[in-house]
Amino acid sequence: MAVTSPPSTRAGLGSEPQVPATKGGLAGRVFAGLSTGAGILILVVLAAVAVFLVIEAWPALTASPEELQEISWFKADSLLAYVGPLVFGTLLASILALAIAVPVSVGIALFISHYAPRRLAQGLGYLIDLLAAIPSVVYGLWGALWLLPILNPFFTWLSGTLGFIPLFAGYQAPAKNIMSASIVLAVMILPIITAVSREVFLQTPVLHEEASLALGATRWEMVRMAVLPFGRSGVISASMLGLGRALGETMAVLMVISPGFLYSLFLLKPGQQQTIAANIASKFPEASGLAVSTLIATGLALFVITFVVNMIARWIIARRKEFSGAN
Amino acid sequence: MLALTLAACGSNSTDSGGDATTDGAASGSTEDLTGTLAGAGASSQEKAVAGWIAGFGDIAPGVTVSYDAVGSGGGREQFLSGATQFAGSDAALKEDELATATDRCFGGEAIEVPLYISPIAVIYNLPGVDTEHLQLSAETLAKIFNREITTWNDPAIAAENEGVELPATAIIPVNRSDESGTTENFTEYLAAASNGAWPHEASGDWPLSGGQSGQGTQGVVDTVTGAEGAIGYADASRAGDLGTVAIKVGEEYVPFSPEAAAKVVDASPRAEDATDKRLVVEIDRTTTEAGAYPLVLISYSIACDTYDKAEDAANVKAYLTYVASEEGQARAAEASVAGSAPISDALRTEVQAALDSITVKS
Repeated sequence: MAVTSPPSTRAGLGSEPQVPATKGGLAGRVFAGLSTGAGILILVVLAAVAVFLVIEAWPALTASPEELQEISWFKADSLLAYVGPLVFGTLLASILALAIAVPVSVGIALFISHYAPRRLAQGLGYLIDLLAAIPSVVYGLWGALWLLPILNPFFTWLSGTLGFIPLFAGYQAPAKNIMSASIVLAVMILPIITAVSREVFLQTPVLHEEASLALGATRWEMVRMAVLPFGRSGVISASMLGLGRALGETMAVLMVISPGFLYSLFLLKPGQQQTIAANIASKFPEASGLAVSTLIATGLALFVITFVVNMIARWIIARRKEFSGAN
Repeated sequence: MLALTLAACGSNSTDSGGDATTDGAASGSTEDLTGTLAGAGASSQEKAVAGWIAGFGDIAPGVTVSYDAVGSGGGREQFLSGATQFAGSDAALKEDELATATDRCFGGEAIEVPLYISPIAVIYNLPGVDTEHLQLSAETLAKIFNREITTWNDPAIAAENEGVELPATAIIPVNRSDESGTTENFTEYLAAASNGAWPHEASGDWPLSGGQSGQGTQGVVDTVTGAEGAIGYADASRAGDLGTVAIKVGEEYVPFSPEAAAKVVDASPRAEDATDKRLVVEIDRTTTEAGAYPLVLISYSIACDTYDKAEDAANVKAYLTYVASEEGQARAAEASVAGSAPISDALRTEVQAALDSITVKS
């Protein structure tokens, strides 16, 4: 039996040496043109967005703090001091969401790929994919109207019992805090992380699995020694996809959180943190002039963060490449 | 009834030709109006405007009215730049804007009429408390929202509500998280009427941080509903099943009602630079007038007294006349529309006189 070939086609998008274009194949050339065009288009769109953000944010970037302070809601000393807490809140909410979602997602993905009977696995897979199709405003409504009352007794207990840890101190009902927002975000990013992880786990070479079983490993040991190392970089890229969604999520956060503009690690206190996207959605409808530029400047910051996050993810994947065999 | 209110504009003879010459003067002539009428401005009156546009559509099917709720500042800006024919604004035109208005109005003057009066209710969630309205003075309210009074059985609250059994529940103050005219009017009331208990200035952006808040009116109502002991402020029409506070006016406690809200507007003085056309009201937050409810939001309709096109003049006049009419005001007052307080007849007479001055540039 031939060795199962690793899915090498997934590696190095775009870096493949071009097959020399053979003459005469009109369809071939049209297709090559179309796909090149599509590739260029995405770059153009990205550049256009970046240029738009910089141009629109320029008045705010160059304005003096005094000018900015004329905006009624601008209470910081400088633009940087205004964006800072927002960046902090955005990252905190996303990382918390990731911390909740990744273990659960990996668990679900492993269950589907290695534990569940095939029929159940299929049904469960569809269900998870369905979760991904729910619009975020629906998640927001669900979070605000259904989840918050349910979290209330749990948070009350948490703050009462572990309140001596600052992280959990100062809870106040209703549960409109960053923890709730992160839980809603976690549910939102669960499907994408699960779906990608599942695909990666399914691609573990059967030979590896059988080998470890043959050596007397239990199923858990097989998963630990064969599946997880193989899928690690896949799980990381899945997490980064999820993180990308969490970073930019607007409606769910807007509807669930009581915003504040502090560098605060109080997870259960209201009015401590706010995310960039939710802040823009909240303030944009009534903003005009310099206020719009300021909001777009925060959008620019979000754009940069997303870029950085993606670059870090690429770097992690590249670093792990040789060990995992997934690429 | 509409015909009656319109009858006064019959003397308008400056129109120069065209089919709009009759310009809404004769009865029923709104049927003949055509064209588009664009407005922009405060989101506070957005729902009322939607109701008015629908109502105006019945009597003037040829006119397409639009309203873009971009916020008061944006609305005034667009109006002054000539992009829209009228604006809605929670604040009156500022001094420098008035100068621009003269240019925009082709040498005429801006018209500012308070056509949207909305009482703001202080809502609370105390299921166990058996009274129709908790009674609170502005001073106590200021201390509650400034987090100095932190439990419901505080002596200050108890003293104002004799015979009411108050729980020891913690008070959770809830504010608007977005900038809003509701917040501005509420903080203005607290600053003016609380005898210094409110240390902050009036502003559309809530001055304290680190508390519960909600996005928009619905967000505040949901948040207050979500926790026992919560107290917030919102458009009175959206208070729903929550308890509402009767605020102290003079020596009595007045719960919100459309009549009480309209009354405070009549009892309040006009701003110093107000004219017959600019009916800018300086709401008297400290009024002692019996039965007046000083916690209200006023939103103005801003237009020109002179337009360069006969069509615009006729349409603006007809539309605002409808808005000011008993019918228009009653429509906005419906709970399903905006739940605002209809303006009084005395104010309507003044408004109508201002609207009657709308003409075409000769």
